[in-house]
Amino acid sequence: MKEKVYKILENVTDPEIPVLTIQDLGIVRDVRIEGEEAIEIVITPTYSGCPAMSVIAAHIKMELMANGFKNVKVTEVFSPAWTTDWLSESGKKKLKEYGIAPPVAQARLEKLLFQVPPSVNCPRCGSDKTNLISEFGSTSCKSLMRCDDCLEPFDYFKCH
Amino acid sequence: MNLYNYILRMADNSLILGHRLSEWCGHGPVLEQDIAMTNMALDLIGQARSLFALAAEVQNEGRTEDDLAYLRDVMDFQNLLLVEQPNGDFAHTVVRQFFFSAFQLPFYQNLDTILTNPKSKIQNPKLDILRGIAEKAIKELTYHVRWSSEWVIRLGDGTDESHKRMQLAINSLYEYTVEAFMSDDVDKQAITEGYGVVLENIKPVFEETLKTVLTEATLTWPQNVYMQKGGKSGYHTEHLGYLLAEMQYLQRVYPHSVW
Repeated sequence: MKEKVYKILENVTDPEIPVLTIQDLGIVRDVRIEGEEAIEIVITPTYSGCPAMSVIAAHIKMELMANGFKNVKVTEVFSPAWTTDWLSESGKKKLKEYGIAPPVAQARLEKLLFQVPPSVNCPRCGSDKTNLISEFGSTSCKSLMRCDDCLEPFDYFKCH
Repeated sequence: MNLYNYILRMADNSLILGHRLSEWCGHGPVLEQDIAMTNMALDLIGQARSLFALAAEVQNEGRTEDDLAYLRDVMDFQNLLLVEQPNGDFAHTVVRQFFFSAFQLPFYQNLDTILTNPKSKIQNPKLDILRGIAEKAIKELTYHVRWSSEWVIRLGDGTDESHKRMQLAINSLYEYTVEAFMSDDVDKQAITEGYGVVLENIKPVFEETLKTVLTEATLTWPQNVYMQKGGKSGYHTEHLGYLLAEMQYLQRVYPHSVW
């Protein structure tokens, strides 16, 4: 039963990075089956203010209802806090193909000040001569970088 | 009820500063910094939403996060005076962010520690949620401290003009910082009830961050100045009223309207 639910959830993608499913992102924390048609999905937000969460919750409900579940509840939990370490390997591969550099290291307690930016390979030409432009990008989970070889700017899914 | 007030304060700080930062949207000095400030606004408003929702649950009078954000007036807000100060020039925004983030990060770190190892054996699921919000916020606030520190250094140790403006911003905003570390009845009761941060303990952490960053930035901070207080008891500077008039406009004109 649970396997069937996880299979259905593969149809739910991140509205801002549509190549990633919510399971690639690691935001589905639990599936609780409560009787024949009732089900609870526990998800965790990537960032506190992520505007995609309400859309994702609505998609989960729609997908499960279309598959016969009448009573679908989506619950948000904050702890343990989401980390990019939960990103699946296939998710990282899909990100790179999509043009977003995947996180390069394990998320750890970063140095608070004067941190040396990570060495990230350009998703376009593969060069490691890249620079951080800004830690903040088009969405909370990305920072903005630039390749010194092909001179293109690109998004980096930052370690968090 | 003390827990309600305690959570509400954190929520008010995040909401008001989040709103201030959102006022930069479309007006940033360069696109990347416009995006950086609105990203931080998003973090803060996200934290505020979780905290307001929790406060409403604790209060248990049928109010929602929106009621708490939009249907309270100036005297009901308990945010620090610092966060309601106007954006001013970029220097004022950077310094306000630096002062606040240098307080907020160690505050949440302490809160997380206290709630992870509670002294009282009383289990309260609301406190578990609060700990989860703090744990999540800490990761985001790390970026805020770094962003604001780097700009303090870049502009302080920059041109004569940027140095001058940064020093002016520090001189005008420093007097709003001490309020954050002054315990009042709500803070003391929170400690008695087992979830309160001992504010005197995080003050040295705040001062150490200031010393490290301002020294690197070739800036000084004023000594022996009169310190403003009142925000935590609802006595605000004139700026908060104007901010709320804009932020709450729709709810004031069309009460209880929803999307």
